[in-house]
Amino acid sequence: MVHTGTIDGALFEPTLYIVKGMCILDNDGNRLLAKYYDKDVLPTAKEQKAFEKNLFNKTHRANAEIIMLDGLTCVYKNNVDLFFYVMGSSHENELILQSVLNALYESVSILLRRNVEKRMLLDNLDAVMLAFDEICDGGVILDADPTSIVGRAALRTEDVPLGEQTVVQVLQSAKEQLKWSLLK
Amino acid sequence: MSSFKRDKKEEEDTGGNPYLNLDKTIVLQEARYFNETPVNPRKCSHILSKILFLLNQGEKLSTQEATDAFFATTKLFQSKDVMLRRMVYLCIKELSSLAQDVIIVTSSLTKDMTGKEDMYRAAAIRALCSITDSTMIQAIERYMKQAIVDKNPAVSSAALVSALHLSSTAPDLVKRWANEAQEAINSDNAMVSYHALGILASTRKNDKLSTVKLVTRLAKSPLKSPYALCLLIRLAAQLVENDDSDASQPYIDFIECCLRHKSEMVIYEAAHAIVNLRKTARDLAPAVSVLQLFCGSSKAALRLAGARTLARLTTKHPTAVAACAVDLENLISDPNRSVATLAVTTLLATGAESSIDRLMKQISSFVSEISDEFKIVVVKAIRRLCQKFPRKHQSLAAFLAGMLRDEGGLEYKAAIADAIITLVEENPEAKETGLAHLCEFIEDCEHTTLAVRILHLLGREGPKSRQPSRYIRFIYNRVILESGPVRAAAVSAVAQFGAQRPELLPNIRVLLARCELDDEDEVRDRAIYYNAILDSGDQQLINDFIIDVPKPNPVLLEKALRDHIATNPDEPFDIMTVPMEEEKKEEKEDIAAIEVRKPKQMTIEEIYSEQLAQVPGIEKLGSIFKTNMPLELTEAETEYRVRLLKHVYVRHIVLQFECINTLNDQILEEVHVRLECPPEYEIKSIVPCQKLLYNQPGSVFVVLEYPSSYLDSLGTFGATLEFVVRDCDPNTGNPDPGEGYADTYPLEEFYMGCSDQIRARGMGEDWETTWDRAANVPEISDTYALPEQDPAAAAKSVCEYLGLPKATIVGEAVKEIRGGGVFRGGAPFLVRARIASSNVGVTMLIAARSPREDVAQLLLAAVG
Repeated sequence: MVHTGTIDGALFEPTLYIVKGMCILDNDGNRLLAKYYDKDVLPTAKEQKAFEKNLFNKTHRANAEIIMLDGLTCVYKNNVDLFFYVMGSSHENELILQSVLNALYESVSILLRRNVEKRMLLDNLDAVMLAFDEICDGGVILDADPTSIVGRAALRTEDVPLGEQTVVQVLQSAKEQLKWSLLK
Repeated sequence: MSSFKRDKKEEEDTGGNPYLNLDKTIVLQEARYFNETPVNPRKCSHILSKILFLLNQGEKLSTQEATDAFFATTKLFQSKDVMLRRMVYLCIKELSSLAQDVIIVTSSLTKDMTGKEDMYRAAAIRALCSITDSTMIQAIERYMKQAIVDKNPAVSSAALVSALHLSSTAPDLVKRWANEAQEAINSDNAMVSYHALGILASTRKNDKLSTVKLVTRLAKSPLKSPYALCLLIRLAAQLVENDDSDASQPYIDFIECCLRHKSEMVIYEAAHAIVNLRKTARDLAPAVSVLQLFCGSSKAALRLAGARTLARLTTKHPTAVAACAVDLENLISDPNRSVATLAVTTLLATGAESSIDRLMKQISSFVSEISDEFKIVVVKAIRRLCQKFPRKHQSLAAFLAGMLRDEGGLEYKAAIADAIITLVEENPEAKETGLAHLCEFIEDCEHTTLAVRILHLLGREGPKSRQPSRYIRFIYNRVILESGPVRAAAVSAVAQFGAQRPELLPNIRVLLARCELDDEDEVRDRAIYYNAILDSGDQQLINDFIIDVPKPNPVLLEKALRDHIATNPDEPFDIMTVPMEEEKKEEKEDIAAIEVRKPKQMTIEEIYSEQLAQVPGIEKLGSIFKTNMPLELTEAETEYRVRLLKHVYVRHIVLQFECINTLNDQILEEVHVRLECPPEYEIKSIVPCQKLLYNQPGSVFVVLEYPSSYLDSLGTFGATLEFVVRDCDPNTGNPDPGEGYADTYPLEEFYMGCSDQIRARGMGEDWETTWDRAANVPEISDTYALPEQDPAAAAKSVCEYLGLPKATIVGEAVKEIRGGGVFRGGAPFLVRARIASSNVGVTMLIAARSPREDVAQLLLAAVG
């Protein structure tokens, strides 16, 4: 094809596909959760892990909030033993990425009742996965408001009221309790 | 006791991580639990988390494993637990690309999507669209349309985003949902209107008029979502960029208005757009002051955004950036090294000569901490400084040499070496120091490619220096110590010294003789080759084969050699028929652009060689001499667009008519070109284009034989496009039944000139000697009166006729063109024209020298 327009990379591209990836690493740089949304950017797990390693080495000491690496703009934030990253093209509005990072961090923080640390995260991994899914769908920002994200992700009612349990469930738990008390 | 301790320690290490050391087979076994009734939602959710965690860690499931897990998961639709249901959707999405028969859950998902439970609906839509293919969309189309305009924002957003994903596979279908999307733009929910705008923008990407409508309408009624505003600014900026006229003024006003928005994201988006649109420095002022404010922000992302955009601006409007010097100064010691680097490089680019030393000191304090990408930015900034302030070369070169000694990857080292190489080439004063630094570097250089390049440079520049002998030691050290390729390059470099400095010749001969005993074939061959040429003592021979060797374009050379072996391997191969490598023009780069992917630079011949291969018998024409720049044969906005490419061979020319059908309700078949040729031309063959679909280029090729006499080759061609039209459905592209009808379309005339048939060669300073050396070659000269009034304009148009670059024009009052090149077939020529204004207008004395007298005649005929 020769009939193409001028390749001008100066302006941002009008697209909804803004997020190239999001990840949460622990304080050894191991992946706890990561999603990459562009099949042209880091397509294999091997490349992704190599990138994360590099990213972690560059960011875990200097808390500089933003770094350009391998053609990606990465904004990040850490707390205790967790590192949160959001990646976008090097040709993207940094502040949009920043807003996504804030949404991610805030929602996780609410989900974990402000105890943002690895142990809590792993205990609530299912809810965090749902939050991931609610923030970004295939690279499109789905929602960036922490309260509404949490509203859709934190669905576990901690202690189900008796009235809403099925008869079978009640019987089951009663049976269990009885069994344990006998065994003692 | 000891074992107990260890157990305890292990437990502490893992911190009770339930996801550590998960085994794939065990987890998949656990998934069998899903078949029980009733299930414990908590337990199921935990198992699903484990499966998702494994997938997320990059664990590979076989199709069978994935399918089993998928079907086990679908059993969980029986549970009413909301959280578990959501995890099920997530699992379906993740497994959908791995498992088979995933469409089995379509009905369950459709039920959830249309059900009453709002918590399910949005997620069900997204899961459903991830398992749907284009054949099944129609079945769910009605539900999707309803969902887009649903009053629950989550449902509406989910439907819009899913539609966007689907539009990559089924664009036409999704276009039909545009009305619903239009309605959704006006939603009260910010995200819904953002997604709706996104989908409208993407379906109208190629339709400028409706984009204009969309932007105009929305610019008036302010959108609530900052994301949507950012997108709208991008769309408006694109319209401004494609349209220079006053019509785009409202968009600019809109973007400027956004500078006063309350969200920083939108302000930055607007400032970035303004800075990148072609504008004068005065228009930039509001945007620049916003960026200036960003530089003082407490947020690193904001500072980086500000500094980066200002850095981009330095190439276009250095003065506008210079005004922000104070703000940038404050960023030099920024804890974020990316910001600091950008600030320093920007200041270097805009600052005065006096501040350089201070800034260099700053930068050297943290250069070891920044990433390679930014180091390259620094190197490029220094490289520009070398050009701007030649007097500072001493300190700059020393700094570069210091960086060269540090650790770094090949790309980084290559950038530094490049910087020093340009310094050496452009600044005669810096030559000696620069070469000395490079010599030192190759003493300890682990990158073969870089060492070879530097040796090549030493061979080229070293002989011209005052003390050439000192470089020979460095080069010869390589012969003793390095690997094969480096040794071979060193031999070539040494030979250059022998060729250009007669006083060193005896020593060089000794060195070359030693290299003749090398283990490596290439090194031995080169040594023997150079020794033999230097032995001959023939200055012309030495010049053509050592000092000034023409370099054929490697890609085309390879192709030509392949063709040669395939067609007539018995005959000798003539390297002169291969186009020479053209000097690459240095592109003007951005100050702080950090791009990873750059389009590969290809010559026009390389681009088209593949297309030409489809012409039968093309290999019999020999190797291609030249492809001329494309010529438009139609107006810009017509039904059919045709451009002409002239591919020139030794005795033939291939005309490629590249056609584009811009009517989406027509298919053209059997596309021919009827040609009216000048008398002596002979049409050999025509390759028609069988089918021309909407917006897909297709080519018609015409092979012509050149007239036997060169002089007859100038002339004008007429052309008409002939084809059969068949109407078709604009949406599907399926042709309507029935016969088509024949039609023609006239094309503009085009001219076969002299410039099409020659390849200009760059002539350096030694043009005079070349011209003198050709004194005994046939020469033809004549005097002409030219219609132009100004000698400079006249010289330009003469260059155009002759196909010579503008750089061949020298002189002030009396313009002189000094050019040369090769005519098709390989006949070299030189041409000199003197142009001066006289009392009646402009007169020109032109002389051409060529071993083929008719080539010289043709050159004059082209001007006359």
